[in-house]
Amino acid sequence: MSVPLTLLGLLARGRPTHGYDLKRDYDEHFANGKPLPYGQVYSTLGRLARDGKVVGGEAEPGDGPDRKRYAITDLGRAEVMAWLGQTVEPEPHLQTVLFSKVVLALMLGEDAAGYLDAQRAAHLQRMRELTELKRTGPLVDALLADYGLFHLEADLRWIELTSARLTALAHAVS
Amino acid sequence: MTTAQPTTPQLEARDVHRAFGPTQALRGANVAVERGEILAVMGPSGSGKSTLLHCLAGIYKPDQGEVWFDGTRVDTLSEARRTELRRAAFGFVFQFGQLVPELTALDNVALPLLLAKVPRKQAYAQAAPWLERLELENRGTHRTGELSGGQSQRVALARALVHKPRVLFADEPTGSLDTLTGEAVMDLLVTTARAEGTTVVLVTHDARVAAYADREVVVRDGRALTTPSSAVA
Repeated sequence: MSVPLTLLGLLARGRPTHGYDLKRDYDEHFANGKPLPYGQVYSTLGRLARDGKVVGGEAEPGDGPDRKRYAITDLGRAEVMAWLGQTVEPEPHLQTVLFSKVVLALMLGEDAAGYLDAQRAAHLQRMRELTELKRTGPLVDALLADYGLFHLEADLRWIELTSARLTALAHAVS
Repeated sequence: MTTAQPTTPQLEARDVHRAFGPTQALRGANVAVERGEILAVMGPSGSGKSTLLHCLAGIYKPDQGEVWFDGTRVDTLSEARRTELRRAAFGFVFQFGQLVPELTALDNVALPLLLAKVPRKQAYAQAAPWLERLELENRGTHRTGELSGGQSQRVALARALVHKPRVLFADEPTGSLDTLTGEAVMDLLVTTARAEGTTVVLVTHDARVAAYADREVVVRDGRALTTPSSAVA
């Protein structure tokens, strides 16, 4: 999963945010048991600031490594929106990316249902290609295609279930 | 520069509504199927996908909206003419329970031809090659109770295709089969439909089955959604 894009997505909610709070929100929603190290938070924010995607405010008095609030720029926001609008190359084990995109889309009031519909279409297109390979190729290719098909099918079942639960999920992450 | 002309769909539902008592199964469904296309109609249980198939096939009359097939408006035809249309132009495969148990496999395949008043000898001569084509050549004299699930579905498929329908409607055709048998049936269905140029409307909740189709529409809350394409990151 892309940490920079996810942090940008969290900043795209609108309010300038301390690095500490960004880390807390990231760990709450996206860490999946692997908290983001502070060092990575601040080095990522530094790179995003260098690239013009966030701006850091004046340092505020107090303890801690960094008391700046970071705000997303128009360039950063455009990058997040472009990322949310893109489907992911269908392949096994991309559940963390799918999950992150859906949760961030809901947090930002974007069209999560539309994203899931587009992702379903992308998955089915890949499944069509693998099915054709299975129908026309040798058995070894068919077995490899089956491996991909079963994993894509699992993703699709998650997409269907999430589509049916979007309203409840929106409440949970808001 | 020449510009490709838009083709007229062979089969089309336009803003179709259908209720069963207080339950609104379809709420303005639109779908268009091109000639020779294999279209998967997907959606969760109760979404209205089977009702949409039944409306497209002229089995149900919509409460509102239109159904067109090869330039003819189907939903305004009389019951008798819709029955005739289904018999002549459409073939059907369902999940189960469609074969006549008192008849042999070959009898079942010949049945649509006999009902269409094709002479008996000719009907059986036409039916027999279909058993071979669907790898059932040794099962012609078996009654349907003596056939496995996969064999029964292949007999049903042969029966649906024997009169060379223009459209094959398949509603969860592999729903009662295990994975391998279901794939064998789908492979035969697709291979045969492509060879015959038959349009297929395939209702399924199973993505692996839908992946045999050229395209899918998703029915949700009684509406048919054509899923958008998108750039892939």
